[in-house]
Amino acid sequence: MAIEVRIPTILRTYTGGAKAVDGKGGSLAELIDHLEATHPGIKDRLVEGSDLRRFVNVYVNDEDVRFTGGLGTTLNDGDAVVVLPAVAGGA
Amino acid sequence: MLVIDRSTRDAIVAHAKRDHPDEACGIVAGPEGSDRPERFLPMTNAAGSPTFYEFDSAELLALYHELWDRDEEPVVVYHSHTATEAYPSRTDIGLASEPNAHYVLVSTREHGNSDGPVEFRSFRIVDGAVTEEEVSVVDVLPTGTT
Repeated sequence: MAIEVRIPTILRTYTGGAKAVDGKGGSLAELIDHLEATHPGIKDRLVEGSDLRRFVNVYVNDEDVRFTGGLGTTLNDGDAVVVLPAVAGGA
Repeated sequence: MLVIDRSTRDAIVAHAKRDHPDEACGIVAGPEGSDRPERFLPMTNAAGSPTFYEFDSAELLALYHELWDRDEEPVVVYHSHTATEAYPSRTDIGLASEPNAHYVLVSTREHGNSDGPVEFRSFRIVDGAVTEEEVSVVDVLPTGTT
């Protein structure tokens, strides 16, 4: 079994238009490295330095990973990962 | 061009006035690919700030689950500016992440929480490029376009 990753509209240029792709990895960092291998360029849109980008939200089984260890969050086969850009801005 | 019905436009303006001096934010959802803003969905500004807005992270996820279940997308993404004009700021442009959406900006700088006209403008924001578009306010959205 794999890990399903839900891709937001703005990042579907990296997935050939696919709304969801399968990935694997024992942690969120490993999953993103695996995604980068199959969809080059996507990692830079998610990660900055050693952390998730401030305005990218990632959820594992509906839990925001900011509260579960960020890139170190543990993943298991069958987990559902959702990537959503923050809806934000300001004057 | 953004075609929006009067009651939805008025609901966005009312939300902006109610939350002034903080920025108000939300979306209007519609069927995927339809370009019809049908369902007004005001959101919480988790930043609670006069100069910044951000959808609450948990609400954002719940919102998108709902949209996916209904085959909808954000047709309009709106927020207010409370001390500046209704034009996308550099931050707005940098963070715009829905290339298919109409970005609606409302400015409450003139009348705040009180009655009175507000600026209500709509933009496309794609790859950092801002294009203003006409806003057509109608009594009822035209049918048969989906």
